[in-house]
Amino acid sequence: MRSYLTRDALVKWAPVIVLIVLVLFFALMEPRFFSVRNFARIGISSAPALMIALGVTFIIIMGSIDLSMEGTVSVCAVAFAFAFIAMGGTLASYAWLALPLALVVGAAVGLINGLVHVKLRIPSFMASLAMGFVGTGFALLLTGGDRIRVEDELFRSLLTVRFLNFPIMVYVALGFLLIAWFIQSRTTLGRNFYAVGGGEELAHSSGLNVNRVRLMGFTLAGMFYAVGALLAVGRIGIAETATGNNFMFVSITSVVVGGTALWGGIGGVWNTLVGVLIVNVINNGMVVIGLPGYVQDGVLGILVIIAVVLSTDRKSVTFVK
Amino acid sequence: MYELRKVEKKFPGVHALKTVDFKIGRGEIVGLVGENGAGKSTLMKVIFGAYQPDDGAITIDGKTVRFQNPRQAMEHGIGMVFQEQSLITNLTVMENIFLGYEQQFVKMGVINWKAMASAARMQLQKVKLDIDPATVTSKLSFAQRQLVELAKVLTLEERIDGDLVILLDEPTSVLSKEEVELLFKLVRELRSRASFIFVSHRLDEVIDLSDRIYVMKDGAVVDVVETDNADVDAIQHKMVGREVNKEYYREQRQKPYQADKTLVKADGLGVPPRYSGLSFELHPGEVLCLVGTEGSGREAILRTIFGLETPTAGTLAIKGEQIRRFSAQAGVAHGVGYVPRERKIEGIVGGLNVYENMTLSQMGNYSRSGVLRIGEEKKLARDWISKLAIKTPSEHKDCGGLSGGNQQKVVLAKWRSGGSDIMLLDHPTRGLDIGAKEDVYEMIRDMSEAGVGIVLVADTLEEAIGLSHTIIVLKDGEVQKRFDCTPGSKPSLYDLVHYMI
Repeated sequence: MRSYLTRDALVKWAPVIVLIVLVLFFALMEPRFFSVRNFARIGISSAPALMIALGVTFIIIMGSIDLSMEGTVSVCAVAFAFAFIAMGGTLASYAWLALPLALVVGAAVGLINGLVHVKLRIPSFMASLAMGFVGTGFALLLTGGDRIRVEDELFRSLLTVRFLNFPIMVYVALGFLLIAWFIQSRTTLGRNFYAVGGGEELAHSSGLNVNRVRLMGFTLAGMFYAVGALLAVGRIGIAETATGNNFMFVSITSVVVGGTALWGGIGGVWNTLVGVLIVNVINNGMVVIGLPGYVQDGVLGILVIIAVVLSTDRKSVTFVK
Repeated sequence: MYELRKVEKKFPGVHALKTVDFKIGRGEIVGLVGENGAGKSTLMKVIFGAYQPDDGAITIDGKTVRFQNPRQAMEHGIGMVFQEQSLITNLTVMENIFLGYEQQFVKMGVINWKAMASAARMQLQKVKLDIDPATVTSKLSFAQRQLVELAKVLTLEERIDGDLVILLDEPTSVLSKEEVELLFKLVRELRSRASFIFVSHRLDEVIDLSDRIYVMKDGAVVDVVETDNADVDAIQHKMVGREVNKEYYREQRQKPYQADKTLVKADGLGVPPRYSGLSFELHPGEVLCLVGTEGSGREAILRTIFGLETPTAGTLAIKGEQIRRFSAQAGVAHGVGYVPRERKIEGIVGGLNVYENMTLSQMGNYSRSGVLRIGEEKKLARDWISKLAIKTPSEHKDCGGLSGGNQQKVVLAKWRSGGSDIMLLDHPTRGLDIGAKEDVYEMIRDMSEAGVGIVLVADTLEEAIGLSHTIIVLKDGEVQKRFDCTPGSKPSLYDLVHYMI
């Protein structure tokens, strides 16, 4: 009989197992954790993070990295809020146009990001890190440090209206997860991400336009960041420079913990979903059982290291830079 | 003084060294020649300790020694000057020379750079290289780097008692004529300090420099020639002398090609310094073989036809159309398929499964406005899996887990299913076992029959002769000779070798 407990199977299912173990652990520690109400809370905190993590998943599958999410999210949030208020301040008016506008802004920032990386031949981590700072600075320039309130009830219904106990934004996020899954598994673009991440040279010598794939990847990621920005604004009703704060660590942690390999070619959007849930279950669970915030960061950091150790066949890598 | 007795080395499936005896005396220069795959590099690796022999003995001055690694060999006076230079280019010359042996200059944890510089200068004098030891290595010319490498090996002189044996692996392959002469003069002068083992493809140079020449073939030393009565022709015969098996290469299936149609036409094509002045025509059903030693420009030619290199001279027309913009996309669009040498790097994408790899170059045919039609992809994959008898549990299997031969078949299927009728094959049988090789030969004949034009860089000369309709022999990027290889009047190995080196 064949053993199903191979290393490969273990690595593949490890994130799901970790998630289940975590949920059981917190449920045992504190029964209140295991309630629909609390799950809804986890869903609300996960939704924006999931969008951003999905965006960066594509980039990481390509074997690149994108660190611009905080800046991009801030710019998108602020641009959306300004446009929304200027055009009427309620979704019932023409102000709904601010939603697609935010996506366009996100795509544009992503495209610029990609152009800096591809055309100026700057490593993606450096190009995107720099672009992230530019974005944060630009958002601050626009707001002058002010918070912009978005109080339209219709827009806030993302959070306030619930269906089966979960707010609308959770369903919106799941909808975009399905879109991301479709892109990953059913489109040439998605396949190209895997090809570039799995063997860039080969993709090139199979006639793929690798640079174009990269540009489209960063643009797509930018659009997902914009969706994340919209959900983040919908959650607290405020757009400001700080809207993007913390998304870099959370999203990259989620992608890695979910089992997507940092050197590209392996993983996908479902891994990212699991990763986002793990991170948010830890955050939520620690609050529920009453541990201080700094412990959470420490635990997440350790989790990242364990995830990388598990997902790497380190025998095949002689030197690590 | 240094001697190998009845040394054996086996790898899975290959008997790399067969009872090799090898001897070198004090101050001697010994040549080592053989075709690719004859066992030269295995022998060298045994000598400098990178491989341990399975059987037999290594003795120095009659004492048996055993090296676990190159460092132990160095401690017994055996040094290696690498063909692929082993200097770290962003370090200075002196840092390179004493890499791993800095301890002698360290006092209380701090390196005394002045002492290291003067010690390095002394080493550089041995090879008559007058440069500042603090120069960053990347600033040096190739020839200078080679000398630094030699100087680095010569530091062994101070470090160990006893004699030095220095291996020179293809030291002249990238040097100009003057530089070669300088190097040879130097090596002759250094005989007082060390013995040398000189490995080269260039027989005239080997005869010029060495006292004795070991000729290897199929893992065995077939002859030891004293240079006084050596001649190039005789050695060449000993290097290759083998019978070609017609059956093996499916020669009975070799049909005349369609000479009235032209798929690829190159006229004075050149990418200096790799190759230049190349003219040829490729016809449907023709197997055109590029023959030459490593670095004769074969790979660059394939890359140019595919579009990965832009020629600076001459013209290239594919199916009557002049190529102006050279890119891989244009190559694929013209129906050119490229099977590169390193399958792992450029052949298949690990992590993608069989059908994903097969449609990688032609996703446009299997998608509408960017959305893939995966059902059709799988059907295509199943078709080709049965057509080429690819051994895989299903089309969903990750290609990285297939055997080399089956990976090769997936790559061929990728191009053939996409309708490529110009195939560029670079060492398609490298690393395959015999059965898988025969499968590849069969596929090549099938493709010829289907009217595909094939440009082939074969793994061995026999393979080139056996498979091809036409052979172009290259040396240092220049066409030396063109052979017509109609069955019955194929050139012999010796004919080819004669023009190669």
